[in-house]
Amino acid sequence: MSEKAKRSYTLKVWRQRGPKDKGRFAQYQVSGISPDASFLEMLDVLNEELIKRGEPVIAFDSDCREGICGMCSCVINGQPHGPDNGSATCELHMRRFEDGSTITVEPFRARAFPPVKDLVVDRSAFDRIIASGGYVSINAGNAPDGNALAIGHDTSEKAMDAAACIGCGACVAACPNAAAMLFVSAKVSHLALLPQGQPERDARALAMSRTMDEAGFGNCSNEYECEAACPKEIKVSHIALLNREFLRASLK
Amino acid sequence: MTLDGKIPAGAMADKWDKHRFELKLVNPANKRKYDILVVGTGLAGSSAAASLAELGYNVKVFCIQDSPRRAHSIAAQGGINAAKNYPNDGDSVRRLFYDTVKGGDFRSREANVYRLAQVSNHIIDQCVAQGVPFAREYGGTLSNRSFGGAQVSRTFYARGQTGQQLLLGAYSSLMRQQAQGKIRIFPRRELLELVLVDGAARGIVCRNLVTGALESYAGHAVLLCTGGYGQTFYLSTNAMASNCSAAWRAHKHGAFFANPCYTQIHPTCIPVSGEHQSKLTLMSESLRNDGRVWVPKKKGDPRAPSQIPEEERDYYLERKYPSFGNLVPRDVASRNAKQMTDAGRGVGETGLAVYLDFADAIARLGAAAVREKYGNLFDMYHHITDEDPYKVPMRIYPAVHYTMGGLWVDYNLMTTIPGLFCLGEANFSDHGANRLGASALMQGLADGYFIIPYTLGGYLASGKLAAVNEGHQEFRAMETAAEQRLKRLLSANGKRTPVEFHRALGRILWDKCGMARNAAGLKEALREIPRLREEFWSDLKLSGDADGMNGALERAGRVADFLELGELLVRDALNREESCGGHFREEHQTPEGEAKRNDADFSYVAAWEHAGEGKPQTLHKEPLAFEETHLTQRSYA
Repeated sequence: MSEKAKRSYTLKVWRQRGPKDKGRFAQYQVSGISPDASFLEMLDVLNEELIKRGEPVIAFDSDCREGICGMCSCVINGQPHGPDNGSATCELHMRRFEDGSTITVEPFRARAFPPVKDLVVDRSAFDRIIASGGYVSINAGNAPDGNALAIGHDTSEKAMDAAACIGCGACVAACPNAAAMLFVSAKVSHLALLPQGQPERDARALAMSRTMDEAGFGNCSNEYECEAACPKEIKVSHIALLNREFLRASLK
Repeated sequence: MTLDGKIPAGAMADKWDKHRFELKLVNPANKRKYDILVVGTGLAGSSAAASLAELGYNVKVFCIQDSPRRAHSIAAQGGINAAKNYPNDGDSVRRLFYDTVKGGDFRSREANVYRLAQVSNHIIDQCVAQGVPFAREYGGTLSNRSFGGAQVSRTFYARGQTGQQLLLGAYSSLMRQQAQGKIRIFPRRELLELVLVDGAARGIVCRNLVTGALESYAGHAVLLCTGGYGQTFYLSTNAMASNCSAAWRAHKHGAFFANPCYTQIHPTCIPVSGEHQSKLTLMSESLRNDGRVWVPKKKGDPRAPSQIPEEERDYYLERKYPSFGNLVPRDVASRNAKQMTDAGRGVGETGLAVYLDFADAIARLGAAAVREKYGNLFDMYHHITDEDPYKVPMRIYPAVHYTMGGLWVDYNLMTTIPGLFCLGEANFSDHGANRLGASALMQGLADGYFIIPYTLGGYLASGKLAAVNEGHQEFRAMETAAEQRLKRLLSANGKRTPVEFHRALGRILWDKCGMARNAAGLKEALREIPRLREEFWSDLKLSGDADGMNGALERAGRVADFLELGELLVRDALNREESCGGHFREEHQTPEGEAKRNDADFSYVAAWEHAGEGKPQTLHKEPLAFEETHLTQRSYA
């Protein structure tokens, strides 16, 4: 196995027993960490030690560990998904952190993402936004042949750029206003760019924007922090498109 | 009990059409009187739930993650097959059917596979209509690419994120039905018990993973869409929460478990880097379209790949399989990688890897074209290994990826428990002993969009189900059983964590029941696993309690089930005295080292029945008949 020198870290991890608990940082030492270990594998190692000490494990969300499911979160040293651009927390590796350094780990914080436990928050507001219009109304069995609609290569690629959103919420956690504009605009763009999305285009932009506001997300003030934090590098130009879509629909 | 696959009579091409006509229908106005419980929200679960709600059924959906959109179908990269024949290169329903049966090494049910090929085209149409941004040609038509095990280009894709886009399509349909009040979604729930009333599946008991509370839900039918059991091996490409518990609970209540030894080891994964490894990462085998697999000709060659001249490289897949080359099916590619590393010709620090080299593709197509096709995969590899695959060849090694075995189902996707259906990877039916690339997405969506909407109606309309609600005593009994199990896990107070037991189980399975298996090793595993299971229940160490979110407790419950299923997996592998697809018994191989089937004795589905705690399962055999395909020795030379 790997001969690379093992590393040690001091961790400051946000611990919060539940939504009503105030929460606090707890400090832990971890050692024997390979630089090839992922950040979440480092947390696994710490949790193994906590079990042996009889202490409750740190709750954190994680599933695919390939940067695609959007389950993992965490603000690491002040940055959602940590210091690497274009990657999720699960793709972050310990080679990125100097031996002996201190690492701060917090949950995604936003009014619309209520705390659940430790590093876990409730992002169901995103599901509610999608339910309010992030779809094409088509029942199974109704569809015409896939090639019946010609869609240009570039149009499809642009739609795919937007559709690549993994719904992790880093854009919200990074925004000083906790706005969800990047998330909403990605879905609105994806469907507004494609012919399939045209019949419900106006209704979608209005409904998704309204649900976003009702969920308690803030307003966009063009900080571009969302784009910087996005693990899929979704562009803020989609927000401009959302604004146009919203205006267009509102004026009708 | 005789297993009845309920395969319709008649010509192969007419079976599904005829069956749909013969299935009884539920009157549109009556559909709202039925409550359907769907467990799992991957491609199979999401598409089934949305389609059933569209028909008017009341659907309750349960998922283990915080949102249905996160199910592990999302990680499928390469594509989805369909028999559209858009490229005009000779594809047809019959060819897709034939390739799938042959790819499965003649261990699947012909009628199921034929139906899968028949509905495959509708899936593409449905997904396009939802707004799935499939890759397109400049003229605006859908793009296709070829994939392992096929000589036609029938794979549709959305960059390297096809599973994500298909799942988000199904999820969007699901959320639309939720907004219309036809679906209720229960996230962060884990099934702990199945509830049977009068012998039929009528509900579930699950644990709310946030509050820790046990919750009961009643319904007229239960659909398990809970994925495969690859995590039994500890290291696999499955997600952290992927588990076998729902299927295993069902098994213990009477659902037969079929062909558990059919596990797929995927050839193009990123090699293990150390003890900390929590899971493995797959890279789509579409990479093999342009990447060339090689190892040094010389054993233990210490040189960097760039220092090894062309004539000292062995492009062993191209050498051994000239007509398929790097595109041989997964099991063949994986076994060959193992043969190379076993022979001391592996590469990288551990020697447990082979090269996948894009230098030729980059020279031929340019880096930009390669980036457009595989950019996200290259980035992922770079992130994980800290090596740039545009400059140095990737190092790859096989990893457990998919399980072809699963709960036995009949042609209607119903298990041996009436009212309990099983869809997607969780069932056993379509892939035989080896699944072809880009067929998992096809099967999950076929089951959900186009099969269960018909067959579930047939079940509901053909008998009267008594009214049952959550107040029924069986729900109390199952809540108590689940509660006692959690208490037992928390009370062991030993020294080893759930992960330590899981890792130990994984090592036994990988070494003795992995890419190559033999009787001696399997017998050893059958001694070691029960011993490990005993240690688990006496030496398990947990912290925290059952009153809220507790990742250690969740893991322990899943490992307890892996420790039981793992034993059955080995028993099935020992029973099957032949090699077929992903099941390679070293005693049974051709002189060329390929899998050698024994059709006379093993052309059957092995369906195992739970026979009581601590007792070996009873084997039932469903004979497989091959009427449309000719049983041949698979050859990809």
